[in-house]
Amino acid sequence: MTTMINVPETAAKGEIVEVKVLISHPMETGFRIGMDGARVPRDILHALVATYNGVEVYRVDIRPSVSANPFFAFHLRAEESGEVVIAWTNETGQTFAETRPITVT
Amino acid sequence: MIQKPPSRRTFLGMGLAAPLILKMSPALATPEEMQAAIATFTGGAPVTEGRVTLTIPLLVQNGNAVPLTVEAESPMTEADHVKTIGIFNEVNPLPETVYFHFTPASGIAKTQTRIRLNGDQFVHAVAQMSDGSFWSAKTNVIVTAPACREA
Amino acid sequence: MIRAACLLLALALPLAAEERRSGYDDMTPELQQMQDDEFSNPGMLWVGEGEALWSAPAGAGDKACADCHGDAGDSMAGTAARYPAWDDELAAPVDLSGRVNLCRRRHQQAEPLERESREMLALTTFLTFQSRGQPIAPPEDPRLDPWRAEGEALFGTRMGQLNLACAACHDDNAGGHLLAALIPEGHPTGYPQYRLEWQDMGSLQRRFGNCLFGVRAEPFAPGAREYIALELYLKQRAAGMAVEAPAIRP
Repeated sequence: MTTMINVPETAAKGEIVEVKVLISHPMETGFRIGMDGARVPRDILHALVATYNGVEVYRVDIRPSVSANPFFAFHLRAEESGEVVIAWTNETGQTFAETRPITVT
Repeated sequence: MIQKPPSRRTFLGMGLAAPLILKMSPALATPEEMQAAIATFTGGAPVTEGRVTLTIPLLVQNGNAVPLTVEAESPMTEADHVKTIGIFNEVNPLPETVYFHFTPASGIAKTQTRIRLNGDQFVHAVAQMSDGSFWSAKTNVIVTAPACREA
Repeated sequence: MIRAACLLLALALPLAAEERRSGYDDMTPELQQMQDDEFSNPGMLWVGEGEALWSAPAGAGDKACADCHGDAGDSMAGTAARYPAWDDELAAPVDLSGRVNLCRRRHQQAEPLERESREMLALTTFLTFQSRGQPIAPPEDPRLDPWRAEGEALFGTRMGQLNLACAACHDDNAGGHLLAALIPEGHPTGYPQYRLEWQDMGSLQRRFGNCLFGVRAEPFAPGAREYIALELYLKQRAAGMAVEAPAIRP
């Protein structure tokens, strides 16, 4: 699925930086009634986890009330150069992950 | 995911139908159910209003994507940090909206997302601190809908 | 009649400040920010997908758009801002989606894309994004004039069970309210747009369909001449206003 992730490429040590994630996903709530009169089954993302050099910095328990094409912005304290890994899990339990580098000076 | 526009016949047949017909959901949550969900989250511990800033528009033009920013004050050290912020609502089918979990490595316990709001309601943010205390903020949101929708 | 004349006069006079209001101006600050921030605007997901499609070989010809047009940032800058435009072979104007399908058929030997399909919206969003910030620039092509006149006539024609013309709301009552919703002037500055109501990307024609449903009229068929005529008229009416695509709207 299409994803846009914005991790600042560089940061100063100790600086708190913002990370933005935008994921293409319908986030079907499971409550909608479709054009045929039947309920449209739930299809949402359930969890998102961000780790920075292996340390968890952010985790979301996602519920149907989160909008379609979900957007999350969060923060991390830059300590050392390395990578930020964003992983998310969908309705069928599949996990997807993207990695972005960060250089800390 | 979104269905294609309906056929002409369907359009005509729905000519007099209420625009909300596709949005009907089962029993909506109630303020009592929301309080129960908060109580489950806090384990019954007392919740104090404060230390949490919930930024959400007071008037919303479409309830499908309401920008929400929430922050809880904390030094975010090992000894003293925000563990979780839970967002709760009164009127959507489910009272639990979303939970955000933080660690000292987060730097600040501040996050932004977009949520769905089913109608006018209070939205509550409840923060759990590492010392076991709970803090909260709430905002009343008026949710309007645009005119001339799909069906 | 007088109102139409005033509108034409207003557009003809050089305005010191833009007096027309885009739907953007009628949105809350939070939604404006959602549109402005390219990292949180959901429409950017379609721009990314369109960028990939631009370079992907398609059809029996196994050619990508990029093979003829190169870097879209160069070749397509300002293009969407002057659509719909005349097509000599068809001897009729085409909108951007129509142009994509003509290119697919003529140059890529590829099947046409459905107008509201993910792929078509990704391509047209990507293409229109290359004109973001530029003024809508309807071509001064006299062959388009009869179509613009047809569009203007349609704009003023009562339709549907509610027997309302577009002008009744979007000229006469713009700035007022329909229930709780503020009535915009109806300038097509942001299409393809991410409408929160759709929770999805959609074209101007999809929005027209919503308007027609709003007055309980039967929508025109996808790609209908009426829609092309309307778009030509609306683009003339919005000439000079900035392209906002991908826009956010409630």
